[in-house]
Amino acid sequence: MDGGLTEEQNLLKDSVERFIERDYPFDTRRELAAGEEGFSHAVWARFAEFGWLAAPLPEAHGGLGGSPVEVAILMEAFGRGLVLEPYLSTVILGGGLLSLAGSDAQKAALLPAIAEGRLMLAFAYAEPQSRYNPSDVETRAEPRGDAYLLNGRKSVVFHAATADKLIVSARTAGEARDAAGIGLFLVDREAEGLTLRAYPTVDGLRAAELRLEDVRVDGGAAVGEAGGALPIIEQVLDRATIAVCAEAVGTMGVLLEATRAYLETRTQFGAPIGSFQVLQHRVVDMFMAYELSRALVYRAAAAAEDAADRAAAASAAKVQVGKAGRMIGQAAIQLHGGMGMTEEFAVGHHFKRLSMIGALFGDTDHHLRRFAALRRAS
Amino acid sequence: MELKLSEADAAFRHEVGAFVESKLPPEIRRKVELGLRLGKADYVTWQKILYEKGWSAPAWPKELGGTGWSPVQRYIFEEELALGATPPIIAFGLQMVGPVLIAFGSQAQKEHYLPRILASEDWWCQGYSEPGAGSDLAALKTRALRDGGNYIVNGAKTWTTYAQHADMMFCLVRTAETGKKQEGISFLLIDMKSPGVTVRPITTIDGGQEINEVFLDDVRVPAENLVGEEGKGWTIAKFLLGHERTGIAAVGRSKKQLRRVREIAARELSEGRPLIEQERFREKIAEVEVDLLALESVVLRVLSDEAAGRAPGPQASLLKIKGTEVQQAITELLFEAVGNYAHPYVAEALEAGWNEAPIGPDYAATIAPHYFNWRKASIYGGTNEIQKNIIAKMVLGF
Ligand SMILES: Cc1cc2nc3c(=O)[nH]c(=O)nc-3n(C[C@H](O)[C@H](O)[C@H](O)COP(=O)(O)OP(=O)(O)OC[C@H]3O[C@@H](n4cnc5c(N)ncnc54)[C@H](O)[C@@H]3O)c2cc1C
Ligand SMILES: Cc1cc2nc3c(=O)[nH]c(=O)nc-3n(C[C@H](O)[C@H](O)[C@H](O)COP(=O)(O)OP(=O)(O)OC[C@H]3O[C@@H](n4cnc5c(N)ncnc54)[C@H](O)[C@@H]3O)c2cc1C
Repeated sequence: MDGGLTEEQNLLKDSVERFIERDYPFDTRRELAAGEEGFSHAVWARFAEFGWLAAPLPEAHGGLGGSPVEVAILMEAFGRGLVLEPYLSTVILGGGLLSLAGSDAQKAALLPAIAEGRLMLAFAYAEPQSRYNPSDVETRAEPRGDAYLLNGRKSVVFHAATADKLIVSARTAGEARDAAGIGLFLVDREAEGLTLRAYPTVDGLRAAELRLEDVRVDGGAAVGEAGGALPIIEQVLDRATIAVCAEAVGTMGVLLEATRAYLETRTQFGAPIGSFQVLQHRVVDMFMAYELSRALVYRAAAAAEDAADRAAAASAAKVQVGKAGRMIGQAAIQLHGGMGMTEEFAVGHHFKRLSMIGALFGDTDHHLRRFAALRRAS
Repeated sequence: MELKLSEADAAFRHEVGAFVESKLPPEIRRKVELGLRLGKADYVTWQKILYEKGWSAPAWPKELGGTGWSPVQRYIFEEELALGATPPIIAFGLQMVGPVLIAFGSQAQKEHYLPRILASEDWWCQGYSEPGAGSDLAALKTRALRDGGNYIVNGAKTWTTYAQHADMMFCLVRTAETGKKQEGISFLLIDMKSPGVTVRPITTIDGGQEINEVFLDDVRVPAENLVGEEGKGWTIAKFLLGHERTGIAAVGRSKKQLRRVREIAARELSEGRPLIEQERFREKIAEVEVDLLALESVVLRVLSDEAAGRAPGPQASLLKIKGTEVQQAITELLFEAVGNYAHPYVAEALEAGWNEAPIGPDYAATIAPHYFNWRKASIYGGTNEIQKNIIAKMVLGF
């Protein structure tokens, strides 16, 4: 039992943790990461079966109407298993945008398909120059009668190559970094004029660079009001930020346990290295950073539906997780000595994922600045 | 705060800089600039260029091939090499086994090996660590049994850097089981082509292959390959720990990397402006720069002590800890600077000769792997925890 959770949430936690423990061992994950698509459709089908893909989607459209806390529970377990499947891209980002901004027709057509595991999505918002600012959009969407022509570049779009559809942010008006004038458009991955350059990422996931050259989408492809998408994008990115923070917490937990266990078994100088107080204190620091992160992230998840609190909660969580993640990851490697540096050992993979979460949806400095600005404004 | 050099030293700096500029093959320079993986040939080519000039082992006695430079000149030399984007000198031959042989080797060993080391004809690796003997090096178990004119060596070494390239390994082996464990250790030179030597590469978290397991099964090593006396290997190992202390701080390489941070931050955008204009990022660079200045200041004091013939204090551990902390802090700055383009991983993009257009800016591909890989710096050569234990004991008297 986890104190802050409801009975149902505890059941969810048990089931997802059991799945990761039993059915998603590190060796399987390694094979999947090295494979053609970088994850398993069979696993995805089971996620659908368990209702995990439906978890945060609205009940009216095949979802379970779960809160960000349910998402955090799932993501924390996914972090423990270093799950490769495109949950973040499809369900949280794609599903989140459609749930918040999609037309009734879009929701009816697409959300049940996500919940049932029949539709994968990717969200293309970053651009080569944009760093972590989602309003730094240069990609253009020019109205052509009832349709739009999209032109521009999108960078590091996670799981783009395996997505059926992409949701692309593009400007219908204004200049880069203007808050107004951004729209969202559903684009088929096979659409004419769209070129993908797909590649693996340093932590074993997949992403792609996108080039859009006169990609034509009809008016029905616009998600929400063209020109007014930024608040929706920010809201969904905040949710995603909290979700990856929960994933990071899962990963930190594994590193903490693995390091503690290693210090018990590894002997040098005739004693378990865990008998050296400097190392104990280092693990205590890891433990404290982990506990602080976990508590703050679940609090942020609980605040994620509150319009006034959401942004600051997401940034606070990301700052805490960014700092804690770096410290815990580095300490875990250090305390494993040479073993920590090997590809063969799971610890290094957790370290890498944690490092990359640090750079996802804005790094520590970015969110520190954002948090300070939000506080000043309130 | 710039180094104040005498006219002669300034001219010397200029000479070294000009030499690097004119002699370093551009292809190798490019690899170093971009942090691409260097192959054996890159290192050897450069070391042979230095050898041709008579500069491959500045710190060796002049009659054995050294340069006779002052400590400050050697420091300037190292810095110019670093700033000129040369491949790092592989220390195992020129800076480790070379000085050991000069201090402890037999006449025959000196005559045979030193010229070959000087000319980079042999590639050496260091066989100290074992699966059960890392920080507790004296616990090593690799056994060398005397059998007539040979030692028969059995055991396993691990984490052996570049064993896959090596012709020779200098190795700590156990020649006696009795008495204090340090006293049963000997220093042996092993030909890597000997029957019974098996090298198995270990892939590191960045995807590279620079370390190896080395298995030794009934390897026959001629007794004349023993360095110094049997049972005195530990003394030699300790001699090496204190040797060329100032090099491990790698101040020049860190200066070069900090330049790179600034160059990248000038090209990266944040909110439509160069990242370098962001105050927080600039101050973070400045913080590392001040650390590096302090580190360099200690290095310079050690050098002036050395020049004055004063025995330097036990500063090696301080230089190792702070030097690697600075290096690692720089890898973090680089990681932060490239933003989203830290993510892509194209293994071939880390090698020279990959001809496709880069994903994102050309400097980005190596940044995250480099950050991962450089975690090694606080582990190898005696972990930073062990270095702190040494300071606690040797300097502070606990
Ligand atoms: C402002 C103030 C108010 C206080 N109020 C009270 C009070 O109301 N009632 C009361 O009974 N006491 C009180 N204390 C006393 C306080 O509990 C002691 O100072 C404290 O327990 C440390 O003991 P010490 O001062 O003897 O230091 P030491 O125990 O001598 O410690 C010196 C240093 O060694 C470290 N150290 C000691 N043992 C270990 C170990 N095994 N491992 C690692 N590090 C170690 C300590 O952390 C400390 O840094 C107060 C102290 C202060 C400063
Ligand atoms: C990339 C790389 C290259 C290397 N190259 C070589 C090489 O060429 N040749 C070679 O011989 N070796 C090499 N090494 C091995 C290196 O020297 C060892 O990894 C190092 O000495 C640590 O040993 P270990 O890995 O067994 O870790 P352990 O000794 O098991 O240490 C695990 C952790 O415990 C800590 N610890 C251990 N004892 C104490 C103590 N008493 N007090 C406090 N903390 C302690 C350590 O600091 C570390 O954090 C290399 C290692 C790496 C990672």
